Parts: sequence; structure tokens; C-alpha cells
Amino acid sequence: MTPSSPHDKSLIADLPRLVLLSVLGLIFLMPYIWMISVSLKPLDEVWRASMSLIPQTFAFEKNYGRVLSEVPIGRYLLNGVIVCFGILVFQLAFALPAGYALAKLNFRGRETLFAFVMLGLLIPAHVPAIPLYIAFAQTGILNTYAALIAPSTISVFAIFMFRQFFRAMPDELIHAARMDGLGEWSIVWRIIVPNAWPAATAFAIFSVVAHWNDLFWPLIAVSGKGELATPALGVIYFRTEEAGDDFGALMAAATITTIPLVAAFLLAQRRFIEGITMTGLKG
Amino acid sequence: MSDVALPRGYAAAAPAGERIHRGEALAAWLLTAPAVLAFVLMLLIPTAAVVAIAFTDYELGAPALRFVGLANFAELMEDRGFVTSFRNTAFFVAVTTPVSIIGGLMLALLIESGTRGRTFFRAVFFLPVVSLMVAMATAFQYMFHPTIGPVNAALRGLGIVGPNWLGSSDSVMWTLAIIGVWEQIGFNMVLFLAGLTAIPRDLYAAAEVDGVRSAWSRFWTVTWPLLGPTSLFVLTITMIRSLRVFDIVATLTQGGPNKASEVLLYTMYTEGFTFFRMGYSAAITVVFLGAVVVLMLLQTRVLDRRVHYG
Repeated sequence: MTPSSPHDKSLIADLPRLVLLSVLGLIFLMPYIWMISVSLKPLDEVWRASMSLIPQTFAFEKNYGRVLSEVPIGRYLLNGVIVCFGILVFQLAFALPAGYALAKLNFRGRETLFAFVMLGLLIPAHVPAIPLYIAFAQTGILNTYAALIAPSTISVFAIFMFRQFFRAMPDELIHAARMDGLGEWSIVWRIIVPNAWPAATAFAIFSVVAHWNDLFWPLIAVSGKGELATPALGVIYFRTEEAGDDFGALMAAATITTIPLVAAFLLAQRRFIEGITMTGLKG
Repeated sequence: MSDVALPRGYAAAAPAGERIHRGEALAAWLLTAPAVLAFVLMLLIPTAAVVAIAFTDYELGAPALRFVGLANFAELMEDRGFVTSFRNTAFFVAVTTPVSIIGGLMLALLIESGTRGRTFFRAVFFLPVVSLMVAMATAFQYMFHPTIGPVNAALRGLGIVGPNWLGSSDSVMWTLAIIGVWEQIGFNMVLFLAGLTAIPRDLYAAAEVDGVRSAWSRFWTVTWPLLGPTSLFVLTITMIRSLRVFDIVATLTQGGPNKASEVLLYTMYTEGFTFFRMGYSAAITVVFLGAVVVLMLLQTRVLDRRVHYG
């Protein structure tokens, strides 16, 4: 044990660190603090430019009421859930079997497939946007859930991650299952999928955070003040078409759309951090 | 050779082994088929197509398209809007990358150097990573509002006249960079925290015996060299994340004022999906893809050799 070991610091010795972290943390939380504060303030108080965080009169009902009455914010949140869930289901359904085959089965073309996976890792999701838009426009599926979900159904990164995960799994498990007469499909569903939960959870968190927050593709795939807006699009619609400079209502909309993921994060902090950093490669 | 992976009992009986092997290959293709199909349709063909479109004058709704060679790329070089956009993106990467990496490392060291409040502070700084950036951007729009925003109100309290953060072409990229750092620093901090935990404790004890006493020299002799691989990884992904800046520009400035905050992806978006100049937009996409690939290769080829410890 070194004398400088962090574990034997007294509270007094630790105080400068705690004070510094608190000050920095407070600066970091400022956008959230102001967002909530302004969402509770009436318009005239917002424009008075005061530095006080606590509203003199609470305008909770007015601001949040305006959001609820002028835009279908519940619908936007539901769209976010449908799109994120749809994407995740396809990603897992495609990537889990493929990752297993690349990790544990011998077949001709395996190295070539894996080379394509590595190549795919280099391509950001923004790159295929133009041809996908043209193809979707010509087949008339723009402004549908399918248009929002389809381009993200394949995650090369998920294939890569599950391959790495399955390679670490003992071969005996699979051989034993084959000895018992299980076919490859049953092996995937009964042995592989149940064992892949840790990796699948990590990936699920990463995927949902990425697509809940995505603006780029929804902005392209959905146009007009559609019923199909995701939360990110919803905030933009509300701002450009309804709220304008009504910061109170705008902050209320921002708060409502930010809360679901932030709340989930606060409830399962460690899993979120593991999931996002484990899969952070793709970013 | 491929029989090696088969269990001994099967390998002994050659015909049975052969059958199993063929069955295995069939199963493998069936298991990968959906992924291969989606990969080809949603990624491979569109990426090849975007490169091809970049060499045409294709516009959505136009009756025909023409092969124009490098004309789009030549136009890019002449286009003041694109040059500004490229320069702004480079500026954004050049500011947010070092600040969010050094900042993330300092936060990680600060959190790691004590036991109190670790989980709490980690959560606080990580919060932006899981927050809806469009929503948080509107909160920043209020905070940086020139007249009613609390940032300038605080500066007024100190007797300073604050700038029109997002509204002036002199300060808009700096303001976006501040938001970019806020967005990325927690992610880097968490990666460094993982890297710090992996450093064996006895190395610090050994350094102490060798006369390394101050925290400063302890950092430079032990911590920093051992963080090499982590830092390299953080460097690459931070640069690529910064390169992809889009949400905050689309939400806050739409490239304005007067194109002062145009960035690559936003210019690509407006050219392609507002003006429907697909060929030109595709050329911008190719430039963007090129930059990402160069950064990726830089990591694996050049830097990797210097910071790897076997």
C-alpha cells in the first residue's frame, strides 16, 4: 500500500477534490437546470432576463399544457418507441445468427464475409443516405415507419460485437448440443441466444440511445408536419411552427422528450455506461 | 484442415464428418443470409451508388443524368460555401477533440483520486451522452441568448458585454464547439476511467520505491504511458464523432449566420435534400467518407505502432 493510496483519505483531505468536482458538475448541469426552470416560468418572467432560477409564478400548466395541446407529443414519444424497438428487433435478428456463424461455424466464404464486416465498420450511417432516399422516394415508402426503420436494420457493428462475444464461448457447449441431436437453428435459439444476453443488453442500450437521439435520418425520411415525427423531429417542428420564441413552452417540450432516456439512465446507470462504452467503437 | 474443429467422434467417421461439414456450411449460409441481404441492400449498394452518383449531375426529378467525371469535385473546390463548410468542420474537430480528451482525462483522474461520490459524479458528467441533443440544443439556445440568456446576464453582472454567441459569425463556431465539448467530454471520461482501473496498483508502489514521489511525476512516469492504447482509441473516435457534427447545427443555426456555421454533413443535407442536387451532395458525402476512412487508417497504421505494449 502506498501512502498516496486514495482509500485512506480523510474527508478534510478529500474536500478540495469534492468542491472542484461539485463546481464542475454544477456547470455541466446548467443546461438541465435552466431547461427545467424556464419550462416552469411564464413568458414575461423569461423575457425579464433575471438570473433567478425559481419562478415567481409557476406556469407549469400553461407551458406544458401548450405543448400537449398544440403538438401530439405523446404520439412523437410513441413513434420514438416504435422506431427504436423496430430497429432493435431487426438488428438482433440479423446480427445474432450471423455473429454466431462467423464465430463458430466452418464454411467457405467466412473470411470474405468477415472482411465485408470490417469494411462496413468504416462506413458512417450518413453515407448511404442519398441512394436510400432516392430508392425510397421511387418506391413510395418515404413517410412511413418502414422508411425510418429499414436503413438501420443492419448493424455491422452488432455482427462484429456478437462474433467477438461468441468466440469467447466454449466450443464444448455447442458440441454437446450437436451430440444431443439439436439442429443449428435450435442451437441458435436454445443455446446461443440465451447465453448472449449480456452482449445483447449492452448493444440494445447503445442502439436505443443512438436512434432515440438521431436527427439526421428522420429529417430526411419524414417530411411535413407528419404524424410520424420522432422525438427529435417533434422538438424541431414545435419550435419552427408553434413555439418560436416562447421559451417556456419550448423548454417544456425539450424536458418531456429528454426525460425518458435520462430517467432510464439514472435507474440503470452502470448498465448504460457499460453498454455505451463497450459499443462505443461505432459512436 | 477444416475437420480440426469437429469433435473427435465425428472426425473418425469420414463420410459422416463430410455430411456434417456440408450441413454446417449450409446452416452457416442460412444463418448469415438475412444479414447479408440487409447489408447488401442497405449499406453496400447504397455506398457504391453514392460514389457513382458523385460523378454525375443527377438531380432529383430531372429526366436524365449525365456522367460528368470530376466536375462535382472541381466545383466543390471553387465553391466558397463548401470551402467554408470544410474549414468550419476542421475547426470544430480541432477545438473539440483536444479539449474533450484532456478534459475527459482530467475529470477521470479527479474522480479516480478519491472514493467519495464516484458514481454520482460519473453520472453527472455522462448525462449529456444519453440526452436528446436536439432538446439540449434548445436549452443552450436559451442560455446563449444575447439579451435574456443567463450566460450574458452573468457576464453583465461582472461588467462584461457578452457576445451574440450563436448570432454572430465571429463567435458561432466557438459556441458550437463549447456545446460539442459538453456533449463529448463525459464519454471520454468514462473510457479513461476504464483505462485507469486497468493499471496495476503495484506499478505505483514500484515507482514510489524508485523515487517517483509527486503526483505530477507519477502521472507522467506511470499513468500516461499505460493509458497509451486508451488515449489512441479515444482520439480516433472523438475525431470521428466531431467530424459528424450535425444535430446542433441543424437545430441552432441552420448553417448561419451567413454560412458561418456550415459544416460538412449539414451542407451535404441542404444540397441533397433541400436543393435536390444529388450529384453535388454525393460528392460532399464522398469527401466526408474519405475523411472518416483516413482517420480510421491513421489509427491502425501509424499511431498504433507507437503506443502498443504487448
